[in-house]
Amino acid sequence: MNYLDLLKLASPEAIIAVTALAVLAVGLTTGRGTVEAAVSAARSKAGAGDTPATGATASAICSAVAAFGLALAIGAVMMLPRQATLFQGMLVITPLTSLFKIICLALAFFTVILTRSDRSARNPGEYLAMLLLATIGLLLLVGTEELLMIFIGLELTSLSLYVMAAFDKTDVRSAEAGLKYFLFGSTASAFTLFGLSLIYGMSGTTGLAAIGQKLATQPIQPLLFVGIVMTLVGLAFKIAAAPFHLWAPDAYQGAPVPSAAFIASGSKVASFVVLGKIVLVGFAPVHGSAAWHVVIAGWSPVLAALAALSIVIGNLVALAQTNVRRLLAYSAVAHAGYTLLGLVAGGREGFSATLFYTTVYAFTLVGAFGVVALVRRETGGDDLTNFSALSSRSPLLAGCMAIFLLSLAGLPPLAGFFGKFYLFSVALRAGANHGLLWLVALALLGSFISLYYYLIVLKVIFVDEKSQPETSPVRTIFGEDGDFLQRVTLTVLAGMVVFFGIMPTMLVAQILAALL
Amino acid sequence: MIAWTIYITFAGAVLLVFTPRAFARWIALATTAAGLVTSVIALFQISIVDLATFKTIVRVPWVPMLGMNYHLAVDGISLTMALVTGVVAVASVLFSWDVEHRPNEFFFWLLLVVGGSYGVFLSADLFLLFLFYELVIVPKYFLIAIWGSTNKEYGAMKLTLYSFFGGALVFVGIIAAYVTAGSLDLQQLAQFQFTPQLQSWAFPVLFVGFAVLAGIWPLHTWAPTGHVAAPTAGSMLLAGIVMKLGSYAGLRVAMNLFPQGFQMWRVWIAVLAVIGIVYAAGVALRQRDLKFVIGYSSVSHMGFVLLGFATANALGVSGSVLQMFSHGVIGALLFAVAGRMVYRRTHTRDLDTLSDMGLSRALPFAAFSFVIASAASMGIPGFSGFAAEITILIGAWKAYPLAVWITGIGMVLVAAFTLRALKKSFFGESASEVRTQEGRVPVDADWNEQQDITARITMAEKCGACLLMFATLAVGLYPKLLLDRIMPAVEAMRFLK
Repeated sequence: MNYLDLLKLASPEAIIAVTALAVLAVGLTTGRGTVEAAVSAARSKAGAGDTPATGATASAICSAVAAFGLALAIGAVMMLPRQATLFQGMLVITPLTSLFKIICLALAFFTVILTRSDRSARNPGEYLAMLLLATIGLLLLVGTEELLMIFIGLELTSLSLYVMAAFDKTDVRSAEAGLKYFLFGSTASAFTLFGLSLIYGMSGTTGLAAIGQKLATQPIQPLLFVGIVMTLVGLAFKIAAAPFHLWAPDAYQGAPVPSAAFIASGSKVASFVVLGKIVLVGFAPVHGSAAWHVVIAGWSPVLAALAALSIVIGNLVALAQTNVRRLLAYSAVAHAGYTLLGLVAGGREGFSATLFYTTVYAFTLVGAFGVVALVRRETGGDDLTNFSALSSRSPLLAGCMAIFLLSLAGLPPLAGFFGKFYLFSVALRAGANHGLLWLVALALLGSFISLYYYLIVLKVIFVDEKSQPETSPVRTIFGEDGDFLQRVTLTVLAGMVVFFGIMPTMLVAQILAALL
Repeated sequence: MIAWTIYITFAGAVLLVFTPRAFARWIALATTAAGLVTSVIALFQISIVDLATFKTIVRVPWVPMLGMNYHLAVDGISLTMALVTGVVAVASVLFSWDVEHRPNEFFFWLLLVVGGSYGVFLSADLFLLFLFYELVIVPKYFLIAIWGSTNKEYGAMKLTLYSFFGGALVFVGIIAAYVTAGSLDLQQLAQFQFTPQLQSWAFPVLFVGFAVLAGIWPLHTWAPTGHVAAPTAGSMLLAGIVMKLGSYAGLRVAMNLFPQGFQMWRVWIAVLAVIGIVYAAGVALRQRDLKFVIGYSSVSHMGFVLLGFATANALGVSGSVLQMFSHGVIGALLFAVAGRMVYRRTHTRDLDTLSDMGLSRALPFAAFSFVIASAASMGIPGFSGFAAEITILIGAWKAYPLAVWITGIGMVLVAAFTLRALKKSFFGESASEVRTQEGRVPVDADWNEQQDITARITMAEKCGACLLMFATLAVGLYPKLLLDRIMPAVEAMRFLK
């Protein structure tokens, strides 16, 4: 094992790291003079017209470099060998890791494009560098089967995301979001680290597969359950499962829109991949059972409880929201609950259902946040009232939002519908004698409730006639002051949601093949 | 061949997104007419023998890992339902000919409902059927919430949530069948022996889930409010097609897959059906709003469908299928007259107010259509309603004689409220002269184009009404046309053996 091999196998991560440095350098050289101008522009609360052209170009160059780097990294992932292992599982390459590296990179790519629509973004170089560092964290998380690397990946992602959440210096809500996210997150990380250390203490190894084998041979001890529960706490925080979701509403609402989108999508996908690996590979012998007639101690009752709580709390609290981002946050909690169903069911099918759902969910949510970003830019806010009569202002955005929200609600022919069908059928098949029926029924009840609040948003968009008076930006053929790129991206994302709904087999086949 | 009804309709819907608004109604008309023509051709082209079993027409692997196929099939029952879909769809487009408010969107949602309905009636794969079934839910919401009247947002949301709640129950039943039998193919599932224990809980869950859409008592309350709130075309689609989705799927999926469960629970279906018939008819008798009268009459008529199912004999079930066709046409006609011909000109549906207007003189064609529709609705011989209901009652007599006696009361009530509505709306006492309305504020602000009471019935309205009247008369005078195709298909179903 020499370093050349390492460089070859870790080329996507290396490319992203170099890109991050390059973006930082570009930001530094082009954006120097604009800081004062940007601050003064923010003070005078003026629109983009007042921002010096240099700021816009700096942002454009940085985004272009970042997007190019991400595209390059996707290409590098495709060039990787099918199977490889480095440092006893510190870094592994399997079809699964490659697939999800591509997905994470694509999510980062879309987020980069979103960043361009966020008017409040200052210091684009630094912001994008943080985003790219977080992406490296995601790649590490996805591409490892080892406890230490998992923790490093988690921390790298989290630290970058804390900064991204608090990035908008002019907005107190952003600071609040960053601080809350940081406090909850660091506590959760501490729990996870403690849990991991307990597990290491009992198994004497940090490789997931080795842990699995060790646990299978030795009698189950109470301390092991302490370790498992603590590990799960940290991951439950990352996926925003109740009762560890309290940071999510504030972070989703207060953070700059692209940060929120990335927290909700990329970070979540990678966390589900790693959670699945930990429980299904590392803790495989202590699966337990969450069936209503036979509850056996293990991690699956814990996850089932988390899922049930998330579904109930997320959906019920979402009913009362008037801010779209907050609503998306609570619905994210509920969706984390649904997604956990696949892991509770376990097995290849269950993991595949979870991965399909979380992938589709991530793309949907990036799209939804993209719409929010554009609406926010146009109307200055993201409350429900800001969306009123969006369909007459911008039919394209309204149509995209309808597709995203209806997919979240699980209506055909959109991807969310197939995702739910897959998840729920896997969950019902798992336990003998339909043991998980209670959880499936709860999840269905949850999605029934969820339709109501998604429809309320759509009602505001499509049914409400009176548009609130607002400063109407300059309209060009490319939409409001040239956000052509964002609109294309949103259309692509909406197209993906429809496509994966009509032809889910394209993604399911990939995931199932990768899980062999 | 008949599969093209689905493709044409969805293609029309997609086309509507990109076309200028002036063409919207023409595209919608062309699309629905093509669907109708396709189903009529299929009616005469496919031989009666082929319609006796649920015969595959298209089968393409879709998600092979999960055993999902894009699988369409047709038998006499499906064909009948496709036919009524075609008729009602064309009529509903004709009756919304003057929609000026966001017409592209309007016809887009309308075509989605129609296309989804064709899909449900022709699906032979459980997942596909459920996909089309759920696809219909959201378009209904927008149709009602944007273009409706009278408390439209409440009505729309109530209807949508009821439908989705039913959908959730159906979801449980479908997954239970799927994971037990390991297949989603309706033809294979119809051969699979489910354990009695599973059937005993899966059947009611599935059937009630579907029956929510069919307006089963006491889960019918979405129907009157939804019908009233909907725009005319929306009410026509709801009464004409959407309620049939529930009953059709109940027959095709719930009853056919879980015959033992059906035998266990059919008494209760009969009880609920009879309560529905009598209760809804009684409530309709007391309504002041013409559309509420018709909304409750829909619930009452759908009660007959469920009663026919509960008989579990070929005659009763065939009668139910015929009643689905019949009520689809009659319900659509009633709503067309009440919602489009009368309401658009008078801006009221209050029976007391209408009775002062002398509408029979002002709108003779509307009066004529309404008389025909009422006669058909009451079950006067010669109309399709009679053929269907008499078949159901003969079937029911074999199974539950008591139910027939109680239903008799219901039929009297149906006649009573229909005659009352007819008399009050068109043949009021003080109808010596035609009066125009003065100073009345229209309830729906969207329809700002004021039409006078004396405005003539338009050509589109006449065509739509004639189409519906022709359908009910044709089937009423020659029910064999459909019954010959329905009966063998019903007899092939498992729960009869």
